[in-house]
Amino acid sequence: METEFTPLASLIGGGMIGAAAVLLMGLHGRIMGATGVLRGVLSPVGPRDWSWRVALLVGMASAPLLYVLATGRAPDIEVPVSIGALVVGGVLVGFGVTLGGGCTSGHGVCGMARFSRRSLLATLTFMATCLATVFISRHIIGV
Amino acid sequence: MRLLSVGLIGVLFGVGILVSGMASPAKVLNFFDVGGAWDPSLMFVMGGALTVTLLGYRFVLSRSAPLFDGSFHLPVAHQLDARLLGGAAVFGVGWGIAGFCPGGVLPAIGTGRADVLIFVASLIVGMLATDAWGKYIQRCEAAQRE
Repeated sequence: METEFTPLASLIGGGMIGAAAVLLMGLHGRIMGATGVLRGVLSPVGPRDWSWRVALLVGMASAPLLYVLATGRAPDIEVPVSIGALVVGGVLVGFGVTLGGGCTSGHGVCGMARFSRRSLLATLTFMATCLATVFISRHIIGV
Repeated sequence: MRLLSVGLIGVLFGVGILVSGMASPAKVLNFFDVGGAWDPSLMFVMGGALTVTLLGYRFVLSRSAPLFDGSFHLPVAHQLDARLLGGAAVFGVGWGIAGFCPGGVLPAIGTGRADVLIFVASLIVGMLATDAWGKYIQRCEAAQRE
């Protein structure tokens, strides 16, 4: 399935993601990592640590409503894979980000911006295995 | 005040994810499908996010402390080990299968879509199971030492 190339929207959206990361660090001293936020919500280490993560999550989840109010249309979310793929992929992502200590936002944006060697290695690794997985599923297995 | 400010930062992140296209698996998977229906948009997401964070971090991390907290909470791990490499490798495989990553999917929860919620539930199962497995291994190792 083709998708539209959206350089401007993607650049602006990326800039907003970066601005959120900078504000969270500058105001609250925290890394803007989706894995760490979700993990801290699921396994709290204390009420003060739990509350800011929940507030961040609630803010994130209210974005679609604001998006609809501002633009008058639903955000573009297309899922071209089966329910089975979502379940298997979800469990693998959950295992991988817990073991690897981060995902695209934590390692790929915040870690890379701090010139962390761990984050650079993690980002190169998950980009490479994702590329290989998409190649195999689309061009060899043909899902 | 502190929580309101964090919530608004969450909104900014979430809207950024939706505008950028990171919440749409079709777009994410096409970015990685270089030999097929390639959509280079995500390069611009990463470019925009990294540029702003890199410049912004230089400024805020040069201060002695964040505005609403006593200190910066930065990761202390420095070692490049098999855990990091293996975890990142498996994350990439799962990302390539489903097209959602944690940062892309969390804001999408607000749409209430069944496919989004199924992925999030699976993600949580994977995270909790990995945590439980890690604690089990730790207990076994501690028992062996005694």
